[in-house]
Amino acid sequence: MRRIIKDKDVELIMGDLLRLGVIMSSIIVFIGGIIYLINHGGEQPDYKTFHGMLLPFHSLPEIFRGILEFRGRALIQAGVLLLIATPIARVVFSIYAFAREGDRLYVFLTSLVLGIIILSMMSGIGA
Amino acid sequence: MTILVFTLIILAGSLLAGFLGSMTGLGGGIVIIPMLSLMFGIDIRYAIGTSIVAVIATSSGAAVAYVKEGITNIRLGMFLEIATTTGAVVGALVAVIAPTHLIAVVFGGILMFSAVISFMPQKVAVQPRAESGKRQKWAEALKLNGSYPDARGNRVDYKVRNVAGGFVMMWIAGILSGLLGIGSGALKVLAMDNFMKVPFKVSTTTSNFMIGVTAATSAVVYFQRGYIDPGLSFPVTLGVLGGAFLGSKLLSRSKTEKLRIVFAVVIAILAIEMIYNGLTHRI
Repeated sequence: MRRIIKDKDVELIMGDLLRLGVIMSSIIVFIGGIIYLINHGGEQPDYKTFHGMLLPFHSLPEIFRGILEFRGRALIQAGVLLLIATPIARVVFSIYAFAREGDRLYVFLTSLVLGIIILSMMSGIGA
Repeated sequence: MTILVFTLIILAGSLLAGFLGSMTGLGGGIVIIPMLSLMFGIDIRYAIGTSIVAVIATSSGAAVAYVKEGITNIRLGMFLEIATTTGAVVGALVAVIAPTHLIAVVFGGILMFSAVISFMPQKVAVQPRAESGKRQKWAEALKLNGSYPDARGNRVDYKVRNVAGGFVMMWIAGILSGLLGIGSGALKVLAMDNFMKVPFKVSTTTSNFMIGVTAATSAVVYFQRGYIDPGLSFPVTLGVLGGAFLGSKLLSRSKTEKLRIVFAVVIAILAIEMIYNGLTHRI
C-alpha cells in the first residue's frame, strides 16, 4: 500500500510538470504567433515546396538570437521546443522518482529511454 | 491568400480536428496531415513535422487529467518506451530518406486501419483477466503487473501477459510514429489491451503517456531537419489544444458513438485520397 501512495505523489508532481509545460509553451507560441502575423500577415504562405534547413530558426543559436531581436518565428520555435521538452522532462523526473523508491531496475530502464532520446538528438549533427 | 487568412483557416481546422480527436479518442494528429497536405497542398514533410508537435501537445494536455486518476502504469509504459523510442528514431531517420509518395501511401494505409478500428465496438467494461502459467515470468521480473481503482474506489489487480509480443508491437508502433508523425495511439492500445491483456482504461492512459515520449523522440529528429515550421506549428498547436480542451469539457466519450462512426467514414475517405495521391505521385 505504501508504494501506491508514493506513486500517487510522484504522479501529482508529474501532472503539475506537464500542465506547466503545456501552458508555458502555449503562451510563448501565442505571443510569437501574434508578432509573426503583425510582421508577415500580409505576405503569401509558401509551403508547397520543402525548404528544410534553408529557412531560419531551426538551430538553438539562431532561435536565441531571434528571440533577442523579438522575432515572432523564433519565439514560436522556442515554445515548440519547450513543448517537445515536456515529455522528456517527465522521463528525467521518473529516473529521480524510481531512484527515490530504490528501484534500481527502473532507474536503469528509464535511463536507457533517456539515452535513446539523447541519441536521436545527436542524429541532427552532420545533417 | 495571405498568411493571416491562411493561419486563421488552419487554426479553425485544427480546432475541429482536436475537438473530434478528443471526443472520439482517435487523437488530433491523424487528420492534421491529410488536412494540410490534401486541402492546402502543403509538402507532406511540413505536414508530418507539424503533426508531431500537435501530437505532443494533445498527449501532454490529456495526461494532466489522466495523472489525477492514478491508473497509468508508469513502469509498463517506461519499459515499452524502450521499444517505441528505438522505433521512433528508426522511423524518423527512414522518413528523411524515403520518397514522399511512398510515405503518403503508408500513411493512407494506417488511416484506413484506424478507420476500421473505429468501426469496432468500443470496450467499456474492464475485468481482471484469468491468469496463466509461464508467460507471466517476464511481467513479474519487470514488475509490470499493477492495479487500478474501479468505480467504487476498490483496487483491482491485473497481470500483464505476452510481454515479448507486446514489446515487438510497440517497436512497430514507434517506427510508424517516427515515419509518419502520428501518435500511433490506436496501435498502442491494441497491443496492450488485446495482446498483453492490460485492462482497457489502463491501456488508454498508459498509451497516452507513451505517445508523448515517443513523439518527442521523433520530433527532435524532425526539428533538426527543418520539418517543423513555426508558421504552421503556431495555428495547429494552439488549435488542436483548444479543440481537445473543448472536447474534454463538453461531452463524455460514451455518448459519442455516432460521431465516432462519422469520423471513421471521413478518415476512410481521406485514406483513399492519400493512397491515390501517393500512387499517382501527386504527393
